[in-house]
Amino acid sequence: MHDLAQQIVSGLATGSIFASMALALVLIYRSMGVINFAQGELAMFSTYVAWQLVQMGVPMWGAFFITIVVAFAGGVLLERLVIRPVERAPQLTLVIVTLGLFTAINGLAGWFWGYVVKPFPTPFPTTPLQIGGVAFSAQDVGVIVVSLVTLGLISLFFQKTKLGLAMRAAALYPDQSRVLGIRVGWMLALGWGLASVVGAISGIMIAPVVFLDPNMMQSVIVYAFAAAVLGGIESPIGAVVGGLILGVVLNLLGTYVEAIGNELRLAAALAIIVAVLVIKPSGLFGRATVQRV
Amino acid sequence: MIPVYRKAVTGILAATFALAVTGSAVAPALAADPGVTDTEIVLGGTHPYSGPASAYGNIGKGIGAYFSYVNDRGGVNGRKIKYIDKDDGYSPPQAVQIVHQLVEQDKVFAIFDTLGTAVNTAIRPYLNQNGVPHMFVATGASTWGKDYQKFPWTIGWQPDYQAEAALYAQDILQNHPKAKIGVLYQNDDYGEDYNAGLKRGLGKHQEMIVKMASYETTDPNVSSQVSTLKAAGCDTFMIFATPKFAIQSMVAAAQQSWHPTTYLNNVSAAVPFMNAASKAGGPAAVAGVISTIYLKDPANHARYAGDAGMKFYNEIMAKYLPTADKDDGNYLYGVSIGYTMVDVLKRAGKDLTRKKVMDIATNLVEKDNPLAYPGVVIRTSPTFRYPITQMITARWLATDWSPTGLLVDTRSMTMAENK
Repeated sequence: MHDLAQQIVSGLATGSIFASMALALVLIYRSMGVINFAQGELAMFSTYVAWQLVQMGVPMWGAFFITIVVAFAGGVLLERLVIRPVERAPQLTLVIVTLGLFTAINGLAGWFWGYVVKPFPTPFPTTPLQIGGVAFSAQDVGVIVVSLVTLGLISLFFQKTKLGLAMRAAALYPDQSRVLGIRVGWMLALGWGLASVVGAISGIMIAPVVFLDPNMMQSVIVYAFAAAVLGGIESPIGAVVGGLILGVVLNLLGTYVEAIGNELRLAAALAIIVAVLVIKPSGLFGRATVQRV
Repeated sequence: MIPVYRKAVTGILAATFALAVTGSAVAPALAADPGVTDTEIVLGGTHPYSGPASAYGNIGKGIGAYFSYVNDRGGVNGRKIKYIDKDDGYSPPQAVQIVHQLVEQDKVFAIFDTLGTAVNTAIRPYLNQNGVPHMFVATGASTWGKDYQKFPWTIGWQPDYQAEAALYAQDILQNHPKAKIGVLYQNDDYGEDYNAGLKRGLGKHQEMIVKMASYETTDPNVSSQVSTLKAAGCDTFMIFATPKFAIQSMVAAAQQSWHPTTYLNNVSAAVPFMNAASKAGGPAAVAGVISTIYLKDPANHARYAGDAGMKFYNEIMAKYLPTADKDDGNYLYGVSIGYTMVDVLKRAGKDLTRKKVMDIATNLVEKDNPLAYPGVVIRTSPTFRYPITQMITARWLATDWSPTGLLVDTRSMTMAENK
């Protein structure tokens, strides 16, 4: 019983990692209708920026906010320079471009900072916490809280601000929005900036757990895809809930289902993607899919 | 990795299979062996400069630095070493392709220090068919020593994983005879080699292993596996993992307030990794962890302050890799294994052939490797091809590894096993 509780808690902790990354994926998808394969690498790069700042003596939370600004600027810049020229190209072209970005950013980070695994300071206290014999860390709680706060801010932004409304309009009805005077191109750039910020937050939260190296996100991103699909690729809430569910389910499958064990965890995640796409393509929280024309 | 890549990899695999078939038609070298001229010896190698194991790419850079040092002092018996070192991304199909290029186009004399068990398993048949020395591979799988009759052109260098694990088993039987052992292992040949060694070392006491938990390199972390071992009531924790997962597991144990006797495999025990775990999980996460040592540790400044070998290493690093982090043991590994390679080439003399070099490499007694742990002798015979068999167990005390007991030679144990 006690073991079960421990597995659920550590599943929630891992799930919050998936959730925060899935949130960034959903944001790009909402603004462009494509999956950004380079999302994880962008987050990794931002995390290195934060690490560099900390090394230079900037306090942790200071580095956090500077990184967010840098990440936003970087995301916007990337959209303007790399995505803009192919914006009207078929979706496949966009996907290939993001795959190219994936390789390029990974190599760039390795070139700047090397491939040695580095510890990343946690912004939370390190003493282990215990409730009823179930152990967890302030880090675990912190990641969940930060993901929820990010989710809240994003929802507020999209629902309650004019800019958020304009961004949603630009994604769904680009031509009509243009007629109404919305600068669709800039809305997309803004979407990239925002997703890059969410990715940076996610990277900084994840790095103390998975440790910093140029490949840190590659094991996370596949699960984040699964989480985003499970929750509904259009839904920020879905991304978070999907991530948490995925974390817990995979832990329980790995521990208690002999046939799956720890060996088939990744396969189980991919099976979940397929199952969701077949049974309920819009995911747990998604509405019917909207095609980008 | 992203699934999209899988297809590409299968494609490359198919292509290299086709290559391998046509490639094997190339006749083995005749009279004069390729890759040797009056002024030059050409060696080829591959390292993971990109991809999941790219931290080990620094081994290749360490080798490059040492070869530059040797060349600047006149080379080996009047010949300069040209080392063509390429990126295999830790991918066996890519390595196969590169090795074909190195042998057929670049006409290398020998392949030296290719890294990783899977990579070397993939290139071994081709190199042996063509009689190309496949020397001092950077992996501790037991097959390099064990299967020499089938693959006479291949030889390892570092201690094999089975012997290392058997050493831990001996330590447990001696010092913790009532241990309840929990094993965390990477689910591939690498982890299985350690498991086999542990079981062999425990002999009839295998029931001491209470629980085994595996992880995949695609897992984001291993906290679930650590909880499983804790819940099974284990009080002794064997970590047979690659560095990142080893760090994670020590931190996870501390965070779950689990404080077992911990054994950590050598590959993951470099000082920077221990510091990383200590920073993330607190000093208790790493205090008293037991591992093994067979090379000197460049991050341990206090212990090797006056050491001549370390001075030699620092000089090479300062001159040829001035911006590199010389505390990274991978560079030191590279210089040390480069030293053995140059030593063998030197002993082979002016009249260099592939066969002669293999003969020297399999009849080696090298007592003066400047970066081997004091007392470690690199020794081979034609029928016993495990160059390094000596290790010393060490305990992590606050900031560095402190050797405990004496240097142990696993040679006779491995010999008995292979009979």
